[in-house]
Amino acid sequence: MTTEQNSALLKKVKHGLKDYTVLIALGLIWILFSILTNGIFLKPRNISNLFRQASIISFLATGMVLVIVLGNIDLSVGSVVGFLSAVTAFLQVKVFYDLMPRIFPAMTATGQGIMSTIFTIIVVLLLAVVIGVWQGSLIAYLKIPAFIVTLGGMQLFRGGVLGVTQGKTISPVDSSLVSIAQGYVSKPLGWIIAIAVVGVIFFTTILGRNQKKSYGFEIPMMWKDLLKASVISGIVVIYIMIMNDYRGIQIPVLILAGIALLISYISTNTRFGRYAYAVGGNLEATRLSGINIKKTIFLVHVLMGVLSGVAGIILTGYVAAGTVNAGQNYELDTIASCVIGGTSLMGGKGTIIGAMIGSLIMASIVNGMSVMNMEIFWQYVVKGLVLIVAVYIDVISNKQKS
Amino acid sequence: MSDDFILEIENVTKEFPGVVALSDVSFNVKRGEIHGICGENGAGKSTLMKILSGVYPHETYTGKIMLDGKMISFEKGAIRQAIESGISIVYQELALNPFSTVGENIFLGREPVRFGDVINWNDLYGRTKELLKTYGLEIPFGETVGNLGVGKQQMVEIAKSLSEEAKVLILDEPTSALNEFEVNTLHAILRTLKEKGVTCVYISHKLEEFFQITDTVTVLRDGQHVATLPTAETDTDKLIAMMVGREMTERFPSRKVEIGEPVFTVKDYKVMSTEFMDKTLLQDVSFDLKKGEILGIAGLMGSGRTELVTSLFGEMGKQVAGTITLNGKEININSARDAMNHNIGLVPEDRKTLGLILEQSILKNISLPSMDRFSGFMHIDKNKELDESRKFAKSLRIKTPNLLVPAEKLSGGNQQKVVISKWLMTNPDVLILDDPTRGIDVGAKYEIYKLMNDLVERGVSIIMISSELEEVLGMSDRIMVMCEGHSTGILDIKEATQEKIMALATAAAQDEKETS
Repeated sequence: MTTEQNSALLKKVKHGLKDYTVLIALGLIWILFSILTNGIFLKPRNISNLFRQASIISFLATGMVLVIVLGNIDLSVGSVVGFLSAVTAFLQVKVFYDLMPRIFPAMTATGQGIMSTIFTIIVVLLLAVVIGVWQGSLIAYLKIPAFIVTLGGMQLFRGGVLGVTQGKTISPVDSSLVSIAQGYVSKPLGWIIAIAVVGVIFFTTILGRNQKKSYGFEIPMMWKDLLKASVISGIVVIYIMIMNDYRGIQIPVLILAGIALLISYISTNTRFGRYAYAVGGNLEATRLSGINIKKTIFLVHVLMGVLSGVAGIILTGYVAAGTVNAGQNYELDTIASCVIGGTSLMGGKGTIIGAMIGSLIMASIVNGMSVMNMEIFWQYVVKGLVLIVAVYIDVISNKQKS
Repeated sequence: MSDDFILEIENVTKEFPGVVALSDVSFNVKRGEIHGICGENGAGKSTLMKILSGVYPHETYTGKIMLDGKMISFEKGAIRQAIESGISIVYQELALNPFSTVGENIFLGREPVRFGDVINWNDLYGRTKELLKTYGLEIPFGETVGNLGVGKQQMVEIAKSLSEEAKVLILDEPTSALNEFEVNTLHAILRTLKEKGVTCVYISHKLEEFFQITDTVTVLRDGQHVATLPTAETDTDKLIAMMVGREMTERFPSRKVEIGEPVFTVKDYKVMSTEFMDKTLLQDVSFDLKKGEILGIAGLMGSGRTELVTSLFGEMGKQVAGTITLNGKEININSARDAMNHNIGLVPEDRKTLGLILEQSILKNISLPSMDRFSGFMHIDKNKELDESRKFAKSLRIKTPNLLVPAEKLSGGNQQKVVISKWLMTNPDVLILDDPTRGIDVGAKYEIYKLMNDLVERGVSIIMISSELEEVLGMSDRIMVMCEGHSTGILDIKEATQEKIMALATAAAQDEKETS
């Protein structure tokens, strides 16, 4: 190989490494913890817990990425999640528990429980939309800075939590709600999902190639596309294998996968997503391109509200109750996940998948340290330092570019 | 005295990975002269300035730089060293704190103090006043910088350099944001400085300025030194030939277009400011634009020309009166979207802040206003998007390996082509170009002129604002001149001259003087 080829290869490797920095960081953290915990960290049982723990912040992070991409921030998510979680528990325990037997007298108690959960989810999601509309309107149409609106929201909805719970834990919620957060998909169904996912991956790969061909584009070598599809399929299959080795795929992780895929698709394959990135890249240029920027900003915040609702519901199922300090500090974990995953606080840049990995890194740190039985205070210290280091990496890599 | 050089540049070579930015450049600057440097974008002007100002430290280039007979070598990160040794640069983008006063800005970092760290305001302002007086700079020394116009702000920068006892003052495109009055004022100041013995290095894209102000001119091309010669011994055509390396037979391409009926008419147009309730931005503006015509709009900065086109594009607030007719029908434009729906496009004044999303790809920039064409409710046909964008990139000859390159990586001329492509994709009947060739080099300008000709030949009508009189005269069929928010006249190209335009562009100001 000539030196020129060598340096070209080196450049490619360097470039590749930069793309996968977060993934590599995650790998290193996992290796470190598995050594420190004598392998307990990587046991199927722990991996299963880890992913479930990461899921609640991940729901928020999928929405937060778009908020930060706009160049905005949402400091209220922790309080909103807490509030909606309190409302979820309140509806289940104080409203629908008495109401359901009257509406569906013929049903069994289990059936009534399921109906209660369905009604709760509908009401809470509607309320989440209302909260999103409230904050989104103030930010987009009244032009109050997002920082202030959501800082206010942080107080406002924390107050809401106290109001709804009256300072007490509300329990017990219905077992169907609990199983949404703590349940598992049966193992055969898990395998069916695995097969379906692999099928979809290969199908879309081939479809994409054919479409490209129909426009007369050059398409990459068949084996390259197939290799890529195989690697992604491999990761999915291995994950499902490990989970099935324990109790099966966790239901919240499955819901998260669906939502993350959906939001990821929206962010890159719809006008709404394109416009959000354009607004964050250059607000003025986007407006002069005839795009309704207010509507874009508004909708992103509404979406954030809805995702806070999802997180609130799952959180309630996870702790099986509505508690006073539910969701506390979630805004920090969520923003940190996005930033670690490469979302730029300047706006315009960020990916859903990056934020998912970021949130997995944050969860891994907490999980690993608690497996090691370290004192709680270390978790905060380490999480804070990781955030600062992640931003520092972003800063120096930006510097190298310019 | 002919070899009394204050600055000697000997065999300077600066390489970046894969590019030689400066290759063995040598030339000298005489003490007390105004020395012009010209060259196209990428000729190496800014690299040279960054070496002189210490942005690129001594180890990163080869060759020698002598200031006042002594070799200078700045260390890494020691930009301060350059200033202390007597080289001072006034950058294109002014680096002042808009919230501080003139005096505070001038003495930033060198405030006179007493009792340890308490600023001696009397001393600071006293010295500011003295300094401004010495060099005949008319700026209120206690004013907040943000309240000053660009021209005055630049004077503050110059004053700051002078207060640091600059031996060589480098001005990097000092007139790119100034109107003709301000340019004249600046030139007067430079002449005063020259009398006081300050040496100036003057970088500019506007060639006529070299003949107005410089004694000597140096031409750079592709990182190489082409010539250094007394300004009196050259002319514009020769300079251009040296800059581009070939003779430019014509600066403005000719076109043959049948000009049709009026398609776009603006009558009694009036715009009030949305920020200050009773401030009138535009008044009594009436004109029509014919099919296949290029209507030039000339006027000084602040004459309301940008406000006019921004307002016609629906982005100047709602305090608008007057009628706009398109193809015989009266229309209302309340937003950029409205304007687009009427097939009106605007290539805005500043491509970097208003035209492009710099970190996004060329592709995404081009397709942004036309996304509706490629998308359904939950879907974007990315292949179609790429296919159509490519056609424009190809026909406008945007120089790039592919369309996924971020817009920020392109040169100014290519960036402008991206902005134009973006609007061409929306199929405009009326295209408004606000200063389309600002800050781009001669070759790229020519390509943009040709493109404008192609467009009018295809029946598009163009409104073109320009800061350069030669460009307005070279490209327009008719010229509307604006002054202080009024249209002061519409000239046919056959009767238009630089003098007539300038007279109209300053008409209102003179009226005021006569009445007062």
